[in-house]
Amino acid sequence: MIENRPWLNFFSHVVLILGVAVVALPVYIALIASTRGPNDFYSGVVPLLPGPHTIENYKQVLFAGISTSGAPPIGLMMFNSLVMALSIAIGKIAISIISAFAIVYFRFPFRSLAFWLIFVTLMLPVEVRILPTFKVVSDLGMLNSYAGLSIPLIASATATFLFRQFFLTVPEELMEAARVDGAGPMRFFWDILVPLSRTNMAALFVILFIYGWNQYLWPLMITTDPHYYTVVMAIKRMADVADSIPQWNVVMATVVLALLPPVLVVIAMQRLFVKGLVETEK
Amino acid sequence: MAAISLRDVRKNYGATEVIHGVSLDVTDGEFIVIVGPSGCGKSTLLRMVAGLEPITAGTIEIGGRVVNDLEPRERDIAMVFQNYALYPHMSVYDNMAYGLKIAGLSKQAIRERVDVAATMLELKPYLDRKPRALSGGQRQRVAMGRALVRQPAAFLFDEPLSNLDAKLRVQMRLEIKSMQRKVETTSLYVTHDQVEAMTLADRLVVMNAGNAEQIDTPLNVYRQPATTFVAGFIGSPAMNMMAATVAANGRGLELDSGGSVKPRDTALAETGRKVLLGIRPEHLSLVQELNADLKLAVVAVETLGADTLAHGHLADSRGAGGDLVVRLPGTSPVKPGDVLPLAVEPGMAHLFDRETGKRIEA
Ligand SMILES: Nc1ncnc2c1ncn2[C@@H]1O[C@H](COP(=O)(O)OP(=O)(O)OP(=O)(O)O)[C@@H](O)[C@H]1O
Ligand SMILES: [Mg+2]
Repeated sequence: MIENRPWLNFFSHVVLILGVAVVALPVYIALIASTRGPNDFYSGVVPLLPGPHTIENYKQVLFAGISTSGAPPIGLMMFNSLVMALSIAIGKIAISIISAFAIVYFRFPFRSLAFWLIFVTLMLPVEVRILPTFKVVSDLGMLNSYAGLSIPLIASATATFLFRQFFLTVPEELMEAARVDGAGPMRFFWDILVPLSRTNMAALFVILFIYGWNQYLWPLMITTDPHYYTVVMAIKRMADVADSIPQWNVVMATVVLALLPPVLVVIAMQRLFVKGLVETEK
Repeated sequence: MAAISLRDVRKNYGATEVIHGVSLDVTDGEFIVIVGPSGCGKSTLLRMVAGLEPITAGTIEIGGRVVNDLEPRERDIAMVFQNYALYPHMSVYDNMAYGLKIAGLSKQAIRERVDVAATMLELKPYLDRKPRALSGGQRQRVAMGRALVRQPAAFLFDEPLSNLDAKLRVQMRLEIKSMQRKVETTSLYVTHDQVEAMTLADRLVVMNAGNAEQIDTPLNVYRQPATTFVAGFIGSPAMNMMAATVAANGRGLELDSGGSVKPRDTALAETGRKVLLGIRPEHLSLVQELNADLKLAVVAVETLGADTLAHGHLADSRGAGGDLVVRLPGTSPVKPGDVLPLAVEPGMAHLFDRETGKRIEA
């Protein structure tokens, strides 16, 4: 907009700043709370300035754990969450890029049936099929295991669908040129399709990593062994202690720690991710 | 390098046949141009030679080997695509080297071959760039380089110049020709541009609706078009066609639109045969009233500088038919409304059978 309308400017800025505040304030409060001592919360007033207990709180969370919630040190749970999120993100991308490749580039019997079956699973996220899935996982003896945490979440169609749409936009001549150059199907896949999908993969990785990291219901159902708890579960358990007031400073320190990996992933992938969203490499 | 031969090659898509049996013998090192209007099956034919499209019937041989059931990579061919189909994520060097890498050549050998091709195509300064950072003409060269480095038995081109502007097209046309002369690789080249076809070809294949109507040198195609389709397709403006009947006693041709002509040095068919008389606009010339074969009533004039095109109809035509175009020297003072006395240059009239459209040879 070229016109200079001060009131409009002012108004839009207010709206934007309010928006940012709504999103950022809780994060800020969590950050502040994680620096305070355990007694700062009894008053019922939310502290807004940093306190002196930062190192102490984080040390306790990372290495000692909290006795009241029977939780092991958070480090292990962070690791569990990481394993789960990475397995889901990588597993999903790997499986869906391969199945999209099969569906787009090969003629085989029941090809469109295969596509529609995959597509239909879009309508069946974990929450919908959670009981049968639990039964299957438990019958397979995968309760309390990394496999049980991640495999049921890998099986879904979103990414397959996205890769299919992307492959359909790749000019057919590219495949023909590769065939003439002597590339077999797998060669074409590795040398041409995978590099071309790089930005899409990065974008998907970010989205799926966060999706996996934030899983709550599923880990809650299939883990009873604290060694397989994820950090999101831990937060809930800490905040939920019976017969005493939650140690908000420690809970918030955990929250802040739990926020970090997704943030790091976004920052690390930002360049590719933004490129994937705004630019189709021609 | 290799000869290519097609024997009654056919292609069906479902129930519809789009190539109706094409036979063609290409000798080693020959430059063949396949030309025809849009949708006539040029690309399909080329892609069948490349192995990108399975053939329904017939045989294709490359270098004496039947390749019907071979994958493109086993046919020892290289192809240049209309939109270049460069690998967008690879540098120019990698684009050219990819086929060689797959073929398992040593790094050293690949470097040498790419170097030779890049020098020939003046691509050396761009070897590290991505295709995205090249102009259309440069991309076109990379696509050619990619074909060149493979040193294949045959080059296949599918309208490689159609995305370039007119000037660049002329330049690249010359480059392709001189490159092919240098490496002497058998080439099949598809285009719908007749100038490209005439200038590049050792021999032309003129296609129409899935048939090869004529296979001959460009000059022969121009001088002795085998069918009315070829006559109309090659040459611009198109050849004038007039329905006529061979008159008795060698009196020439009775035109259906009225009047008669007796072209000189042209053998006429048997009396009473219904024919089409074809005369190219450039083979009519302005003469004295007395010597005129035809009279043209000018309706419109196009001045092209070097030439002047006069459009109109035969002066003694009755109603429909008898439309005519004449190419006159640029200096001719013609204007609409004029009646021009014209003579057909000796031996330059073509006769075609009206039923079959086939040329009637003397
Ligand atoms: N997959 C297909 N299914 C059915 N018909 C097809 C298919 N592909 C091509 N055709 C038909 O085959 C005919 C020849 O197509 P082709 O692409 O060879 O034409 P072309 O001569 O290369 O035309 P252009 O100059 O426009 O590129 C066309 O009439 C087209 O409609
Ligand atoms: Mg075509």
